[in-house]
Amino acid sequence: MPMLGRTAGGLFWMFRYLERSENTARMLDTGFRIALTGSQQAESEWESIVTTSGARDLYLQKYDSFDQAHVINFLLRDKDNPSSILSSIEAARSNARMVRTALSSEVWEATNETWMLLKQTLARQVSVKNLAEVLTSVRQQSSLVRGALHGTMLRNEIFDFARIGTFVERADNTARILDVKYYVLLPSAAFVGSSMDNAQWETILRSVSAFRSFRWLNESDSSPKAIAAFLILDKRMPRSLAFCYAKLAGNLAYLSQKHAGTLPSLEIAQQTYAKLNDREIDSIFDEGLHEFLESSISDTARLASQIQEDFRFYG
Amino acid sequence: MRLKISHKTTYTYDKPVYYALQQIRLTPRTADGQKVLNWTSTFTGGERQVSFEDQFRNPVDLVLMAGTEKLEIVSEGEVEVEDRNGVVGMGKGLMPLWVFMPKTAATSPGPQLRKLVKPFEKQVAEDQLATMHRLSEAIGEAVEYTVGATTSATTAEEAVVAGKGVCQDHAHVMITAARLLGRPARYVSGYLLMEGVTEQDATHAWCEIFIERLGWVGFDVSNAVCPDDRYVRVAVGRDYADAAPVHGLRQGDAQEELCVSLQVQQ
Amino acid sequence: MTNGKFFDEMSEAGGAPRAPYARYADWFSGEDPKSLLKKSAEAETFFRRIGITFNVYGQSEADERLIPFDIVPRIIAASEWRQLERGIEQRVRAINAFLADIYNKQEILKSGRLPAHIISGNEAYLPQMVGVSPPGGVYTHIVGTDLVRTGENQFYVLEDNARTPSGVSYMLENRETMLQMFPELFTQMRVKPVSSYPAELRRSLSESAPPGCTSAKPTLAVLTPGIHNSAYFEHSFLADQMGAELVEASDLRIVDGKVAMRTIRGYKPIDVIYRRVDDAFLDPLNFNPESLLGVPGIMDVYRAGNITIANAPGTGIADDKALYSYMPDIVEFYTGEKAILQNVPTWRCSEEDSLKYVLDHLAELVVKEVHGSGGYGMLVGPAASKKELAEFEAKLRARPGNYIAQPTLALSTVPIMTQKGLAPRHVDLRPFVLVSPKKIHITAGGLTRVALKEGSLVVNSSQGGGTKDTWVLGD
Repeated sequence: MPMLGRTAGGLFWMFRYLERSENTARMLDTGFRIALTGSQQAESEWESIVTTSGARDLYLQKYDSFDQAHVINFLLRDKDNPSSILSSIEAARSNARMVRTALSSEVWEATNETWMLLKQTLARQVSVKNLAEVLTSVRQQSSLVRGALHGTMLRNEIFDFARIGTFVERADNTARILDVKYYVLLPSAAFVGSSMDNAQWETILRSVSAFRSFRWLNESDSSPKAIAAFLILDKRMPRSLAFCYAKLAGNLAYLSQKHAGTLPSLEIAQQTYAKLNDREIDSIFDEGLHEFLESSISDTARLASQIQEDFRFYG
Repeated sequence: MRLKISHKTTYTYDKPVYYALQQIRLTPRTADGQKVLNWTSTFTGGERQVSFEDQFRNPVDLVLMAGTEKLEIVSEGEVEVEDRNGVVGMGKGLMPLWVFMPKTAATSPGPQLRKLVKPFEKQVAEDQLATMHRLSEAIGEAVEYTVGATTSATTAEEAVVAGKGVCQDHAHVMITAARLLGRPARYVSGYLLMEGVTEQDATHAWCEIFIERLGWVGFDVSNAVCPDDRYVRVAVGRDYADAAPVHGLRQGDAQEELCVSLQVQQ
Repeated sequence: MTNGKFFDEMSEAGGAPRAPYARYADWFSGEDPKSLLKKSAEAETFFRRIGITFNVYGQSEADERLIPFDIVPRIIAASEWRQLERGIEQRVRAINAFLADIYNKQEILKSGRLPAHIISGNEAYLPQMVGVSPPGGVYTHIVGTDLVRTGENQFYVLEDNARTPSGVSYMLENRETMLQMFPELFTQMRVKPVSSYPAELRRSLSESAPPGCTSAKPTLAVLTPGIHNSAYFEHSFLADQMGAELVEASDLRIVDGKVAMRTIRGYKPIDVIYRRVDDAFLDPLNFNPESLLGVPGIMDVYRAGNITIANAPGTGIADDKALYSYMPDIVEFYTGEKAILQNVPTWRCSEEDSLKYVLDHLAELVVKEVHGSGGYGMLVGPAASKKELAEFEAKLRARPGNYIAQPTLALSTVPIMTQKGLAPRHVDLRPFVLVSPKKIHITAGGLTRVALKEGSLVVNSSQGGGTKDTWVLGD
């Protein structure tokens, strides 16, 4: 018996929202780190973060400036912001409740606990003193759910949809982070070589938890190209676009085995992956980094809506 | 009398219908003075899902439309009808009589209807049948047969207030009045052979009142007669909503247009 | 523990344990109350973590509440259970025969044993069901018969829940929790298991498949109104445990004359649907057209015999409070036997003499709204203030037909664990019954609901009641 389309949709969204909460936590962490250095860059960094999260318009309806307290509150626990960590966790948990029969009890309980914990933690405004701790617990909780997923779930179609949701969200997030800062990575900017730009690269790497791994892999070369190559093309890097698309194509290929004919969503995933596979970063810069990232973001959106259609998430 | 009926109902929409279900009550049943010699219903632009008898024993076809812009229903056949002076009788149905007593949305009496019924309150205790005949006449006078003054959603009270209506309104008014007088009453939709007219615009409707010892007796207020062998009963119910030839539910915002072609011949 | 006025199920008047509790009492006396209290707190954490919560009506999702769980089991002797079992089976058989009759020939009305006005004026009677004969004549497949006890051999049926009785997930999870917390008790005492309920539910529903279903393994689905429903946990729990799909209305449509669910690879037909959606919302084509929780056309497919709906629409007429007082006659009419289980004496306020009696004795009686449920719209005379009594008297006079009254029953007590040790609290019992064309199955156990407030007689979870595990002992 194939699973219900609604269940597939619920799994997809549950894991998209979990991934989103983790990504938002990571970005907040990065912004906070910059603010701590007392850099003048702080306000524009907070602005970038709000832009990356895709909630810029909504934010500007509520606030005039990108000051730290407002941004943190908006991204952490504002219920009007559907992408805030609290909203994301609530949405993830609602979806988990809806697809509960498809989850192992460990995955469900980890999700439910995450929700109970964060609902309590985020019930009141979080002080600067406690922010780091709260953000760490968001990431830890997300890892807990992912761990339960890997440790206890059958590698079947349920797993595929959970992974697809994760990687759609992640690909989107990585592309957005890069796009908001694309000008920092342009070769012309790199010539400036000022310390501020180094801080910018570091910011980008930290917002995808890749600072150390990048250093480890690229001991000497910390050029913008190397960073872009790492986050776009490196298949060892679990948040790179190439990695995400390899996984998306793989999971969709499993799902398509039982389908008659070729799934349009698989085709999109494969085509997008082909744009990333065995590619040199120079050709992306030649194409135009911004243009490339924009088209990547729109490919991901197109893929998500094709998945929704192919697997009948809605009636 | 042997009646030959050919009835085509066409629904057209301004865009493809996403998903719609239509309950079709357009199949007469052999019972109570009528015998169906042959009958077929065909559906184009929709698919028959199930056929069943509803709680009033009306044969129903459930038809599903998805992705089409037009549903065409062709019902045709021959029915042999006896003249029983309107007396349908006790019937063999399981539906208890009290189901035909409470008001429904279309048959909720208001002040005008109550006023109309008032003069009959005493008589009905003495002679139910005669009272119903006089009631039928009174309604025919109070609500003038006029096409276009009312819609299928008009209630009995509204029709009395307007003083105008068609067969459906006459039936609703008579049903409401009869229930006020303590008689179970039901709505009948069906076909009527009209003298000198072959092409008709719509199906017909009348009502039946339960008279002690006689059982159900038909009254066609619009034509001021009791149904005879020119009448084919197709569906019954508490009101139009129960017995409507087509009752449906549609998803999406397509605009609907209805076209009926009906011939009743001897 | 017995305060004389109420029958205590654990202890005799002198303080010695009653036979079914002897072993438990012995074990309990050897336990440290502090560690038991700690276990009690652990149980709550456990329930919250797995999400056995219910949503309070009309409140947002954030208000998911736990039904408090008490760790002292309610124990029933094998001989006591046998008597109950016979009585319940007889009653459930009669209820199904009654439903078949009332939606077909209505012999009971013709015979005069039941006045027609009880049915004719009743909104729970569904004319759309007239003429429907489901497989095996089973209308109510899942029944929860609410029982109360007042003495050693005195059990009363309080209510026959024939629509969509809930609570079975608590029966199962309570047992699971007890097994985890007190494994040693289960090795010492022979407690009949309840864990086969989901499998029995699956069997029972499968046996009720429509005649056209030739598969040995009919496709089952549980229809839920969705995650915001107060009993959603139970819906998903049951679907999961019996291996059926948990569906919502938006998953379903009519395909090839069957009700089918939308899967990632197209529509798959359903043979039996265990619906936890109320009648009025079940089918917007045939009932409430505004309903978003229902499946348009499901009644048509049902009348055509292409799906089994469990429980059948219209079964509410059998557990309607207006009908309750006639249950002994109904049992006798259809089984030819006297009812084994007693009815609580009931005054029908629609009858003039009864109304007078009720008004004269309001402070002693429990008055219930005929169509109410879950303890709402109810007056418990002895616990009511003068003002409440006066208000209810006005309601009674205005619409007497809306109410029935019963004596305040001296509900039995079972102790609960409190900070000060064991303390008696009033309980009721809801055993769960499964009916298929082949057999009636009653799980040995059920849901014991307990009024946690000292002296309270209201056990409803919506009104501060809790639950206990219910142990039926083996011979």
